[in-house]
Amino acid sequence: MKRNDLILAGVLVAIALVSGILLFLLRKPGNIVVITVDGQEFGEYPLDEDRVVDINGTNVIQIKDGEAKMIHADCPDKLCMDQKAISSSQESIICLPNRVVAVIEGERDPDGIDAVAG
Amino acid sequence: MGKKSVYFGVFTALALIVSYVEALIPFSFGVPGIKLGLANIVVVAALYMWGGTTALLLSVVRILLSGFLFGNMFAILYSLAGALLSLSVMALLKKSGRFSVTGVSIAGGVFHNIGQMMAAGLLLPKAGLLYYFPFLLIAGVITGFLIGILSMEIIKRLPKGSKK
Repeated sequence: MKRNDLILAGVLVAIALVSGILLFLLRKPGNIVVITVDGQEFGEYPLDEDRVVDINGTNVIQIKDGEAKMIHADCPDKLCMDQKAISSSQESIICLPNRVVAVIEGERDPDGIDAVAG
Repeated sequence: MGKKSVYFGVFTALALIVSYVEALIPFSFGVPGIKLGLANIVVVAALYMWGGTTALLLSVVRILLSGFLFGNMFAILYSLAGALLSLSVMALLKKSGRFSVTGVSIAGGVFHNIGQMMAAGLLLPKAGLLYYFPFLLIAGVITGFLIGILSMEIIKRLPKGSKK
């Protein structure tokens, strides 16, 4: 292993740490989970109501104690089921094979206009 | 037909078997797109034996075969994006002569993940993928490091005549 290899690894780890800390500091609590399938919105559900959402029979998301978690997927690898429960704004659970995405978003304001853009 | 075609066939078969073995291991970091990428050992070894073009060909054949056998169309797209970016960066770093196999492989691991993330971002907009960026970088460094060490051991032991 050369010195340049170590510098390269160090720079990459440093970028990861800085971006990780920034993302952690900038995170906001979210209160709804928005589910999309293939880029199309499937539905949005408040995190403060416990429920189980069946997504076209391919995936099931459970909302419990203010967190959302994927509890069923019919894809072979089931990686999305290993992802931890999400509750902070912009955290997501992604099932790549079924193109199912669940993203936490912040509060919608009382006027019904998106409080979180993008 | 030189020895190269024979070795290329053996390497491709090896990469495919390794992909299969990896698909069997229930092993996950809890972040989408992150896995050990054992098949990259074969790709890195091919890069050092024959250069970027052959390594790319091997990688594409491996992804198509394992994608159709064990994955699906979308798994193929993510893998191809990762492999293209990863191999381009690895070939450039190798050419620069400033890095050893380990450094080249670390960059390859990181850029494989970045390539996959970019493909996922295009196919699934609004997925909040930025959140995974730090994990993907760290995972790329770790897996790239391990793959680099293993590849170096393999490259050392390959017979000289296999390059032709």
